[in-house]
Amino acid sequence: MSALDKPAPVNVARQHDVATALRAFLPAASVLFSAEDVKPYECDGLSAFRQMPMVVALPATEPEVQRVLQTCHRMQVPVVPRGAGTGLSGGALPLGDGVLLSLAKLMRIIEIDPLARTARVQPGVRNLAISEAAAVHGLYYAPDPSSQIACSIGGNVAENSGGMHCLKYGLTVHNVLKLRAYTVEGEFIEIGSDSLDAAGYDLLALLTGSEGLLAVITEVTVKLLPKPQRAQCVLAAFDDVEKAGQAVANIIAAGIIPAGLEMMDKITTGAVEPFVNAGYPLDAEAILLCESDGADEEVADEIERMKAVMHGSGAVEVRVSQSEAERVRFWAGRKAAFPAAGRVSPDYYCMDGTIPKRALPRVLKAIADLSLEYKLRCMNVFHAGDGNLHPLILYDANQPGELERTEEMGAKILKLSIDVGGTITGEHGVGVEKIDSMCDQFAAPELAMFHAVKRAFDDTGLLNPGKAVPTLHRCAEMGRMHVHAGQVAFPELPRF
Amino acid sequence: MDATIQQLAQTLRDASANKTPLRIVGGDTKDFYGNPCTGETLSTRAHRGIVEYEPTELVITARAGTPLAEIEAALKDKGQMLAFEPPHFSKSPPSPLTPLPHRGEGKSTLGGCIAAGLSGPRRPYAGAVRDLVLGVRILDGAGADLRFGGQVMKNVAGYDVSRLMAGAMGTLGVILEVSLKTLPLPATELTLHQQHNEVDAIRLMNEWAGQPLPISATAWCGGDLGIRLSGAASAVEAARKKLGGDVVDATQAATFWQGIRDHADPFFAKDETLWRLSVKSTAPAITLPGTQLIEWNGALRWLRTDASASDVRAAAQEAGGHATLFRHGKSEDGVFHPLSPTLAAIHRRLKKTFDPAGILNAGRLYPGM
Ligand SMILES: Cc1cc2nc3c(=O)[nH]c(=O)nc-3n(C[C@H](O)[C@H](O)[C@H](O)COP(=O)(O)OP(=O)(O)OC[C@H]3O[C@@H](n4cnc5c(N)ncnc54)[C@H](O)[C@@H]3O)c2cc1C
Repeated sequence: MSALDKPAPVNVARQHDVATALRAFLPAASVLFSAEDVKPYECDGLSAFRQMPMVVALPATEPEVQRVLQTCHRMQVPVVPRGAGTGLSGGALPLGDGVLLSLAKLMRIIEIDPLARTARVQPGVRNLAISEAAAVHGLYYAPDPSSQIACSIGGNVAENSGGMHCLKYGLTVHNVLKLRAYTVEGEFIEIGSDSLDAAGYDLLALLTGSEGLLAVITEVTVKLLPKPQRAQCVLAAFDDVEKAGQAVANIIAAGIIPAGLEMMDKITTGAVEPFVNAGYPLDAEAILLCESDGADEEVADEIERMKAVMHGSGAVEVRVSQSEAERVRFWAGRKAAFPAAGRVSPDYYCMDGTIPKRALPRVLKAIADLSLEYKLRCMNVFHAGDGNLHPLILYDANQPGELERTEEMGAKILKLSIDVGGTITGEHGVGVEKIDSMCDQFAAPELAMFHAVKRAFDDTGLLNPGKAVPTLHRCAEMGRMHVHAGQVAFPELPRF
Repeated sequence: MDATIQQLAQTLRDASANKTPLRIVGGDTKDFYGNPCTGETLSTRAHRGIVEYEPTELVITARAGTPLAEIEAALKDKGQMLAFEPPHFSKSPPSPLTPLPHRGEGKSTLGGCIAAGLSGPRRPYAGAVRDLVLGVRILDGAGADLRFGGQVMKNVAGYDVSRLMAGAMGTLGVILEVSLKTLPLPATELTLHQQHNEVDAIRLMNEWAGQPLPISATAWCGGDLGIRLSGAASAVEAARKKLGGDVVDATQAATFWQGIRDHADPFFAKDETLWRLSVKSTAPAITLPGTQLIEWNGALRWLRTDASASDVRAAAQEAGGHATLFRHGKSEDGVFHPLSPTLAAIHRRLKKTFDPAGILNAGRLYPGM
């Protein structure tokens, strides 16, 4: 889909009926429909896509969520769940004939069990708030997306979000134990358990990353981890991107799993340095941030080994944080990459492909070539340890044609990620943004299976329709029917 | 598509058309596990071999029929491991119900390991099978060749069908290929032995888990508590000093943990009914009659008991989890913990999605699906 597609008109005829039905059990202030009131909900973190919702519902309790769903189901109105709206793929983009179901008011931390190391929270709780509440017990919630001060845990589960530390501590799917949720019909389901597994199919894995298409999550039980005694960070500078890529492989080959392993290219360090004064070596082609955490003795050992590998891989400069303040400063630039992009350019577009690490030099070279071809600057930020690339394409939406060029260049980067054996999205989700690229990554029978999985939960197709999985018709229309190694999908079917 | 896959796909298409139930078999080491299931044997053993292994990517891709031992040897060679410590159960006697030609050669395969979804002692610290699955290639019940996930660490394109295969007991598809995340072998391992009663042991294991300690396994039985430490030598040494207890001889320790993993430990040697209770780690001591072995900081309680299935299920549920009738027993309501009606309906619809003719390991997970 393209941001240039025209938004759909709001269904004014039904608006009144639906709002009235919802106001039968929700306070008037929790059911919004005037253009002025619903405007803040017209987009998520991917602001290039905008669409006014027909109605916004803001339930504050689980039973209210259930009634919203029951009501919408009865009236056959589509529902789009929304957490904090920081998503970067348009997963929470409203529908002109749908209800936007905000979970933001369900924001209670219900229970922290320090001995069992779990937290039970409502979906609207902010990611960082969990770690803040657990801190008194020496515990924290490990997945830490850069958006953690704002994004909700419900959104994290729906996107299977990652963070700087997920190479060592896992993604959301590895850190969630149990969900309370409602199906589109408003039927309650409990998924997972308070133990480490549950009977039957692993529906917890299936719901994690399902982008609000299978069920609405109303409570999440997460695992908490003990805070490491100490963390320290190595900053290594390289005069060549390829060498930096090799250093990443060498770290892993040395049997080290760093707590964080991030790469920034020269354009990025140049863009962030004026804002954060991290002291980055600005003449380096690439820098790596490599963190060790754990027990004091372990960190001391590991930092020495990391230093040796960086030197051995040809780093031109290696620094080790000497204090917590310095460690935070090293990271400040990495964390400021997105805002910095926003300051050096009117608009930016963040890509999210994941590639096998060995393909890094090839992919970075190809991105540099595309950058020249499309006359668009590109900053490369990279969760290097797990191969998740975030090229930030810088553009100006007010310049005619720039957004088209940006989208085209983005799609080419995604295609490239698939071609080298990777995926179009590592952590931001497909949403509406990458839905066409799904046709490149999956063959028709696989896409058909995704639709069938959706129907097993939502037969009506009313929950967040049009997101995450393209229709086969759409792929065929674009001529982007993907075929595995000469194998034709459904050979018996006529080619549509 | 190679010939073996084509043949498997053809078998599935035929079976689907004729509604012939199939019983999928790898090494046949876990025949005892799950509800009884009959059907024509579909062996995955011919489809074997490591497809790709790149240690610096932390990923191995192998065919379903590959013996687990072969995979583990290849990883060890590069200083890596399957961190979920998969049980092999290779020494377990094949069920007398299994027709002779299909009795296990004592070789667990990768496919069976994923389908059974069982993880060993390291599970609470390094993750379960499903946590390390990155991608799968399967044949669905109709013989369609499908790939989900991939070979990269982070991938949120499409629903996570790969992880869904872990623990599905072969009811959703014939697994052809699996990509798994690998991890470095710990530099040092050391096992400590302490003596505690059950209540203290459960409390202590949980307290330790809340501290930054390099614990990689715990097991309590009859007053003896084993604690395995894994990691950098310095960290293991510091933890040894902090926790105290006797250091167990390394060979003896290795045998002990392998015995827990593969149920070769004397605790598992008896023919009494064995239940697996997966519970909240802090759940109080289970008071049913019988003998227990506790793992996973208290989150896994093996119970040899003659208590009724309904009593065991009630106790597990009360303790925040579920109970599986693991071996040597009968239960009216099947082996696995019954599901709520809404979840059961979703399960049946998923089964129908992947296996419309209902021919794959029918009934092995739940009756009627
Ligand atoms: C500056 C910035 C940095 C970011 N950094 C990272 C990063 O490092 N790593 C990362 O993974 N992501 C990152 N993101 C993306 C985003 O923050 C995550 O995807 C986050 O999990 C979205 O949470 P949210 O509450 O804002 O969800 P929303 O954007 O509101 O919704 C996201 C999706 O989840 C669904 N959803 C939300 N709540 C529920 C619910 N309760 N039940 C069912 N479905 C629901 C929605 O329908 C939608 O499809 C970043 C975003 C920004 C703006």
